Amino acid sequence: MATDSLEKKVLGVLEEVHDPEINTVSIIDLGMVEEVNVQDYVVNIKILPTFLGCPALELIKENIKKAVISIDEVKEVNVEFINHPPWTSDRISEKGRMGLKAFGIAPPPRLMDSDGSWHVDCPFCGSTYVTMDNIFGPTACRSILYCKSCKNPFEAMKPISTLM
Amino acid sequence: MTELNLAANSENKDAVVSLLFQLADDDFLYSFRGSEWLGLAPHIEEDVASSSISQDSMGHAAMYYQLLEELGLGSADSLAHLRPAKERKNSILVERPNGEGYYMEVPKYDWAYAVVRNYFYTAAKKIKIESLKNSSYQPLAEVAVKVNIELYYHLLHWKTWFVQLLSSTDEAKQRMQAAIAQVMKDFGDVFSLGTDGKKIVELGLIEEERTLVQRWQEQMKAVFESLNLEIPEIPAVPEANGRNFEHTKDLETAIATLSEVYRIDTAASW
Repeated sequence: MATDSLEKKVLGVLEEVHDPEINTVSIIDLGMVEEVNVQDYVVNIKILPTFLGCPALELIKENIKKAVISIDEVKEVNVEFINHPPWTSDRISEKGRMGLKAFGIAPPPRLMDSDGSWHVDCPFCGSTYVTMDNIFGPTACRSILYCKSCKNPFEAMKPISTLM
Repeated sequence: MTELNLAANSENKDAVVSLLFQLADDDFLYSFRGSEWLGLAPHIEEDVASSSISQDSMGHAAMYYQLLEELGLGSADSLAHLRPAKERKNSILVERPNGEGYYMEVPKYDWAYAVVRNYFYTAAKKIKIESLKNSSYQPLAEVAVKVNIELYYHLLHWKTWFVQLLSSTDEAKQRMQAAIAQVMKDFGDVFSLGTDGKKIVELGLIEEERTLVQRWQEQMKAVFESLNLEIPEIPAVPEANGRNFEHTKDLETAIATLSEVYRIDTAASW
């Protein structure tokens, strides 16, 4: 029972560990946490990297350690990045999608056409009248688009799927 | 698939190590050459896109160096920065400079060459990654799945440039044709697995060179035909084979430049 409740506490603090570049979304909501294992007050956490070259990964790892060790009962925290299963953008939760929108980033599209094209709506005004400016954006996981209705540039999280 | 036993068989481990160095050094030099374009690309959106691709590719190299670290070859950082040119296994194609000049002074870089090199290299990488997804070495197969997903966008990007420029003005077409000829001269060792190739294939780490080359040609065929271009020949025997530690002076210069900061203090955390 004690282990169960400690695991809940760990998951609770992980809800407060955010993507360092998008502070409205937690790593839980991004679907990055694959496994939390608690044994004798030692916590082992397995995390999926979003993009392999993402410079925020080390920072996220440190933030996880800091957050979990702050729980009184926890004696030790180990955080490991694993590559299997691969992270995909459909791991982002509904709450995560809301958080992205709140930050001005369109959540990744759920569906892609057979030719690989995809569509997102403007996160500011909801218009569907948008154009792709650059598939690549300020970070590895984002693209830059432009809304022709409200005349705002905006970013979208790229769809990432093993079907690609 | 049976699990590869690396601990009990040093020959098996040597083959895995050899292939990992080929993959790591390829992506490392490729992304270094890409990073030298920063601020020099034809327009700002391209600067964002190609530096993003360089960053992803550096991440791919880092993963392969990480796998080597896990096999006890030394730290990933030191493998990337401190190995001299004569110990590197990257293909000649990725060590070639971007053009004349130096990016701190007067770079006369050739964008046509960048587009052709990046497109052909990325298409070749995609073929290899597809094969590596079924590698008998499980940690490599798992990394390949991740790399493959990111590669999708890289390939789309370079293919778009390639087709656009070859469908453009006469000057653009001429420059692109010259770049194709230049890139193809160095393509002889891209699919080579070097002297360890036989063992690498035997162990099921990746498929054999000939199969991979055929797939590359088949995939490029549609693109070349749509542009009314002949499919360029891959040299049967490479002039120099990077997989067997044969390199140009340009690799030494590249390593000296890219590791300059790291070598100032190898114990520091950057």
